[in-house]
Amino acid sequence: MSEWLIFLGIGCHAVSGVPGLFRRRDSDAGQKFAVVLGLIGSALGIVGAVGSLWQPPVANSVIKIDAISVIFLLPIFLIPALGGVYGLTYWKQAEHIHNGQKLRLFYGLVTAALAGVTIAANSILFLVAWEIMALSAFFLITTEDEDRMVSEAGWLYLVTTHTATLCLFALFALLRNVTGSFTLVALPDGLGAGLATAIFLLAVIGFGLKAGLMPLHVWLPGAHAMAPSHVSALMSGVLIKIGIYGLVRICSLLPHPPLWWGGLLLVAGTISGVLGVVFAIGQHDLKRLLAYHSVENIGIITMGLGLAMVGRSLHRADCVALGLAGALLHVWNHGLFKSVLFFSAGAVIHATHTCEIDRLGGLAKAMPRTALCFAIGAVAICGLPPLNGFVSELLIYLGLFRSIGIGHETGWAGSAFAPPALALIGALAVACFVKVFGGVFLGVARSEHARHVREADANMTGPMLVLVGCCLLIGLAPLLVAPLFEQGVYAWSPDLATGAVSLVMLAPLRWVSVAGLALIVLIVVAGVLLGLRLRHCGTASSGTWDCGYAAPTARMQYTSSSFAQMLVGCFVWVLRPRVHAPGEQPLFSRATQFRSHVPDIVLDGALRPSFRFGAKITSSFRFLQAGNIHAYLFYIVVFLILLLLWR
Amino acid sequence: MNPLLDLILVAVLLLNFVALGASQLRTVIHAVALQGVLLGATIVVAHSTVTVWVIVMAGAVIALKGVVIPRMLFHAIREVVIRREVDPIIGCIASLLLGGVGTALAVLFSKTLPIAHEHIGSLVVPAALSTVLTGFLILTTRVKAISQVVGYLVLENGIFIFGLLLVEAMPFLVEIGVLLDLFVAIFVMGIIIYQISQEFSTVSTRKLSALKE
Repeated sequence: MSEWLIFLGIGCHAVSGVPGLFRRRDSDAGQKFAVVLGLIGSALGIVGAVGSLWQPPVANSVIKIDAISVIFLLPIFLIPALGGVYGLTYWKQAEHIHNGQKLRLFYGLVTAALAGVTIAANSILFLVAWEIMALSAFFLITTEDEDRMVSEAGWLYLVTTHTATLCLFALFALLRNVTGSFTLVALPDGLGAGLATAIFLLAVIGFGLKAGLMPLHVWLPGAHAMAPSHVSALMSGVLIKIGIYGLVRICSLLPHPPLWWGGLLLVAGTISGVLGVVFAIGQHDLKRLLAYHSVENIGIITMGLGLAMVGRSLHRADCVALGLAGALLHVWNHGLFKSVLFFSAGAVIHATHTCEIDRLGGLAKAMPRTALCFAIGAVAICGLPPLNGFVSELLIYLGLFRSIGIGHETGWAGSAFAPPALALIGALAVACFVKVFGGVFLGVARSEHARHVREADANMTGPMLVLVGCCLLIGLAPLLVAPLFEQGVYAWSPDLATGAVSLVMLAPLRWVSVAGLALIVLIVVAGVLLGLRLRHCGTASSGTWDCGYAAPTARMQYTSSSFAQMLVGCFVWVLRPRVHAPGEQPLFSRATQFRSHVPDIVLDGALRPSFRFGAKITSSFRFLQAGNIHAYLFYIVVFLILLLLWR
Repeated sequence: MNPLLDLILVAVLLLNFVALGASQLRTVIHAVALQGVLLGATIVVAHSTVTVWVIVMAGAVIALKGVVIPRMLFHAIREVVIRREVDPIIGCIASLLLGGVGTALAVLFSKTLPIAHEHIGSLVVPAALSTVLTGFLILTTRVKAISQVVGYLVLENGIFIFGLLLVEAMPFLVEIGVLLDLFVAIFVMGIIIYQISQEFSTVSTRKLSALKE
């Protein structure tokens, strides 16, 4: 019964953009219809997904809906629907008559395909849904394809997503070979180590490319920065998580993982997490910075999954439970707070028409609700209490500490590097969001763009507030969602008996609620006291200390590169910032300028040069492409004769 | 095997050489038309029991390959005023020689291919391969778009002869598939000829290289 609700929800999303195609381009009716249909679809889907928990799991040769599917289905139905509402103002059809219809068609399709991937129990269905998802996302990224930067980001995405699909074809072919059917079932115990490793590595590469795991993240920053903001939210919030879904699913099918698989995931997650946040600190573009934070959070999720794999190798149920529950809960949490952040970044861009941090400033006064939402999202992404990011990172921390093996426990000392790395990630994230929030919302406006702005309307702030509410709910009452994630752990790990683990026993979730509430009470009390005192004393405004300089300007505030300079300096070995600084100046210096930017180490440092080299080598064969049809036919003859001779 | 079939295939092989060696486009088209008629006849010969359906099929093939398509080609020659000579890249003698080499190679290859027992010793496979190679030879060595169409037809005839191997096993599939393929080919080539003469006021495919990237 409940699976039909999910199918209906998927269907609603899939067709939501179609009626708008038959409306006039400057009419908003199609957009409103699409949003309403999306909301109905999501409501049906969420009811169906939650309902399916109370009935035996649907599992046949085509469809499988278990707790893991439900965990991924809920954000897939929630976030795109909210993004659609957000788009009513952000991407109003009347203002985007050339691409609004295309955007909504593929927005609905990508949502439906994402949901399709999570319920597929058959590799053919999985791949079909996967390709619909991947191609729709390409058209979403290239919404404004007349811009050269946008189309470049789109092509890069297309190349990487097809590389991922290629890996998946190989992966599913191997699975088909082993199990003898296209149904995704647990692999037999007697699987050869080499074959199992090949399946695992193909899954890591194929799904890692989609998830944006460093160093496979090359498409992610450009695509997130160039897409419309609600599309960025959808991509960062749910689309890249489908890569995690695939990895989680395949890992659950493989029997007896060796220890180094978990170790590999832990290391990959750590690299992705640390370097993701480090590269984020170096960015000047608000959305590109948020995109690098997606790389970081995917790293944290992968660390959790790696921990769960280590736990399975060591037969430690507590590590499996903490790692997987932490990873899956972080999938939710990142989807929630990253969507808040992209929505508020979009509100800033909508109001100011720029996403360069160095052109913004002082927006908190004009856009208080957006600023509040961004601040809460920032606190959540830094993994601070009382918000949801803290809960999932706490689970992973606890699991990592347990996995080291204290006293007589079986453990793996190798995972000892992970907790400090996770702490480093958290600290750097705080620094990064201090920079962003300070640069964008505090201080004074640095350009005309930022001077005359208005608060975003209810269509844009409403979805943000809903998501912030979800963040607070999970942060304050993690016990509400803990049973679902326990179900997810049982569904993932075939050797765990139901009832073997209890997250409440393993993690102090009650204390999280108590401490969170206490913290909120403290903040509210302090705020009220401060407000009373301010009203009592009155306020006066004056300039800050300006080193004796008589004419301070807004441009003398910390910029995004000056704030980050010290941290960028610490990581100069990997960031390799390009700095264009003025040289020695005469006594009365002329007008000069300073620029710095941080290119992506994998894309600009490794891939582009190697592709240029490849192009140089292959261009010596260009004479073969003579443009002469007879020559081409001649090649076919030669090839045919060679093939016949070869036997 | 089937002496009548082999006899017809020998005629088809000879017609390949006529198509390669003739200097007049008309002669080439006539040769290909005759080849088409002979291929229609092979359908009847290849079947062990001749039914009405086989006759209808053969009639359709003869009508299409022997009458309709050649008439379209003659029509094209008249409409798009083309000089009546073949205008090859390499001379007629050289094409004939290459055709001979191709046929020799075809006989050689047919020995190495894994073929069902009852077809060993028959001329079907060498004739098919040789006709395919001849088609390719015409395609690669002739300049005019209309010669390209003819080359494509010869190529298709070669594939049709291959189809004779399967004519008992799955007759309908093979025949309809080949005919459909042929129609598409004529269609596409017709468009190409029309477009070339419209856009470039020439029907020489040499000018196509201007479209190179």
